Amino acid sequence: MSLKIPKCFPKMKPNSKSKLLLIAFGIALLLLPFITDALLGRGWVRIVDFAMLYIMLALGLNIVVGYAGLLDLGYIAFFAVGAYCYALTNSPHLAQAFPVVFHLGVHLPFWIVLPMAALIAGGFGVLLGAPTLRLRGDYLAIVTLGFGEIIRIFLNNLDAPINLTNGPQGISFIDPISVMGVSLNKTQHFLGIAFPSVHLYFYLFLAFTALVIFVSQRLERSRIGRAWMAIREDEVAASAMGINTRNLKLLAFAMGAMFGGASGALFAGFQGFVSPESFSLTESIMVLCMVVLGGMGNIAGVVLGGVLLALLPEVLRNIVVPLQQSLFGRTLIDPNSLRMLLFGSALIVMMLYRPAGLLPSRVRRRELGGDEPAAEESVYDATH
Amino acid sequence: MPHTDDALLHASHIGKKFGGLSALDDVSLHILRGEIYGLIGPNGAGKTTLFNVLTGLYQPSAGGFRFNGMHYQSGKPHLLAQAGIARTFQNIRLFANLTALENVMIGRHVRTRAGVFGALLRDRATRREEHAIAARARELLRYVGIEKPAQTLAKHLSYGEQRRLEIARALATEPLLLALDEPAAGMNASETGSLKTLLKAIRDQGITVLLIEHDVKLIMGLCDRVAVLDYGKKIAEGIPEQIRKDPAVIAAYLGGGSD
Repeated sequence: MSLKIPKCFPKMKPNSKSKLLLIAFGIALLLLPFITDALLGRGWVRIVDFAMLYIMLALGLNIVVGYAGLLDLGYIAFFAVGAYCYALTNSPHLAQAFPVVFHLGVHLPFWIVLPMAALIAGGFGVLLGAPTLRLRGDYLAIVTLGFGEIIRIFLNNLDAPINLTNGPQGISFIDPISVMGVSLNKTQHFLGIAFPSVHLYFYLFLAFTALVIFVSQRLERSRIGRAWMAIREDEVAASAMGINTRNLKLLAFAMGAMFGGASGALFAGFQGFVSPESFSLTESIMVLCMVVLGGMGNIAGVVLGGVLLALLPEVLRNIVVPLQQSLFGRTLIDPNSLRMLLFGSALIVMMLYRPAGLLPSRVRRRELGGDEPAAEESVYDATH
Repeated sequence: MPHTDDALLHASHIGKKFGGLSALDDVSLHILRGEIYGLIGPNGAGKTTLFNVLTGLYQPSAGGFRFNGMHYQSGKPHLLAQAGIARTFQNIRLFANLTALENVMIGRHVRTRAGVFGALLRDRATRREEHAIAARARELLRYVGIEKPAQTLAKHLSYGEQRRLEIARALATEPLLLALDEPAAGMNASETGSLKTLLKAIRDQGITVLLIEHDVKLIMGLCDRVAVLDYGKKIAEGIPEQIRKDPAVIAAYLGGGSD
C-alpha cells in the first residue's frame, strides 16, 4: 500500500522511469525506521511515528478545510474523542471507576475499537457541523474553536460526579495495539530480523497513512469531491447547481472527523497514556498550519507540511541547545520559545511569498503557469 | 390568457419584503413550455428578486409558484435545480479556482449519483458515470463555444467566455427552464449577437428560457413574450410588439409618470 503514495503527485506519469522512482520511494519508506535508527537513534523513530500521526490528522483536516473550505479550528477535538475511545475500552480505568459494571475490565480488540473510534468521532463531526451549517469563514472558525475547547474541558472535568475520563490526570496503562495477535509493544522477529516496537508502530502508521492518502485522493477526484470544491468556491452557486450543501458539508465534517478519530485511537495505543492537555487549542492550530503551510487541498503538500511541522520542534530541540551550549556555554534561548518564533516567522514569510503553500494544489499551481493542459488531461484520463 | 394550464411555471401572487421594503408585490405570471420569456424593468424593479424567488434562493413573503406540476414555496435551491430550474447569475458566480471543465462537471452533480462508497471503490458503475460526466461536460463546452479553454481556470476566462461557461454549467443540470440573469450585460455587439444565436438554439432544443435583460433591443428581438416589472409590480405582459407600445411601460422607462 505504501507504493501508492506518490500517486498523489499529479505531475507523475505512469511511465517506466517514474515507476522505478515509485518503487525506490516505497523501499526507502520501508527502510526508513532502520535507517533512522542507525543514523539518529531509536528516539527519532518514535518522532517519525508521531509525525505520521500528524500527517493523518492533517489529511483529515484537509478534507474539511482544503476541499470543502470550512475553516475548523477545533479539529483536535476529534483526535481527542478517538484517543479516549481507545483509552476507555483498552485500559483498567473503567474497571476501577465502575467495578460493579465492568468488574473484568474492558479490553476490546483493535479492529473493533478503531472503526468504533472513527464512527464516534464522525458522529461528533456531525454534531459540530449541524449547528454551524449557516456559518462561514471567521464565524465558523470561532464556533469550531469553541467546540474544540468544550471537548477538552469536558475531558478535564468528567471525573465527577461519575469518573468517566479521570480528569486532568488522564488515563494510563492503556493496552498497546496488537494486530492479529502480534503485540506491537515488544520487539518481534520476522525472517530473522528484529523489529523493535517503534518500528512496528511505524509500519502500522505507514499503512494507515497510505490508506488515508488513498481515501483522500479518491474523494478528491470524485463527484463528492467536486461538490465539496464547489461549496468552497461559491456556496450559493453550488446550491443553485443542485448540490445539497447541507448534507455535503455534514459529510465533510464527518469524514474529516473520522480520520481524526482513527488517528486518535492509534495515538492512544501508541502512547499508552492520554490526558486532556494533549488536545489543546495549540494542537488544533498546529494541524491547521500543516495544511496551510503545505498547500491546502493538495495531498502531497499536506503531507510535506505535516512532516516539516512535526519534525521541526524535535530538530530544534536537538540542535539549538547543544549549539548554544557550545557557543555560549549555557542555554540562552529556550528551544520551545524559539520554535514559536521560527514558526511565526515561517508563516509570515509563507504568506508573503507562497500564499498557496509549499506545494500548492493542482489548480493553484496551474494558475502560475506550471502545468501544461495536455499533461493535466492525461492525469484525468489515467485516473478514470 | 391562453393555455395557462400548459404553463411550465406558474407564479401566483408572489410578494417579497425585505424589512419594510416591498421588493415584489403580488406578481403573477406564467411561462409556457418552449418559449423565451423576457423579464424587463428599470433598475431596482425587482427582476432579480423575482428570479431569486423562482430559483429558491429567497423565500417569498407571500404567494408561491407551481413548476412542472409541483408547488414550491420553500427556499431550497437544490430542490429546484433537481426539479429542472437552472440559472445563471447577474454578477457571474463561477467556481473561480476550478477549470472550465470542472465547472460544467459540477453541473452534472444533480443528475448523477455516485456517493462516498462509489468514490472510494471506484467500481464499474462509478467509472462509467465519471466518464459520462466528463464527456457530457466537454460536449456542453463545445456547444457554447468554449471548447478550447476547457482546462483553464474559470477566473482566467474572458468575460464573454465566463458568461458562456455559466450557461454551459446551467445546461449540464438538464434543466426544463433555463433562467438567465442579464446574460448580455457588459457584452459588445458581436458577443450579444452570438449569445442570441445560442439562446435560440437552446430554445429549439425544447428548453424553456427565462431571461432578464437590460438590453431592450435584445429582449424584443428574441423573446416570445415579455413581462415588465416596475417598483415590484408587474405593469405589463405580452408579446414584444404590445409591450413596445404600452403607455405604462413607456412611462416607467422614460420616467414621465403621472405622479
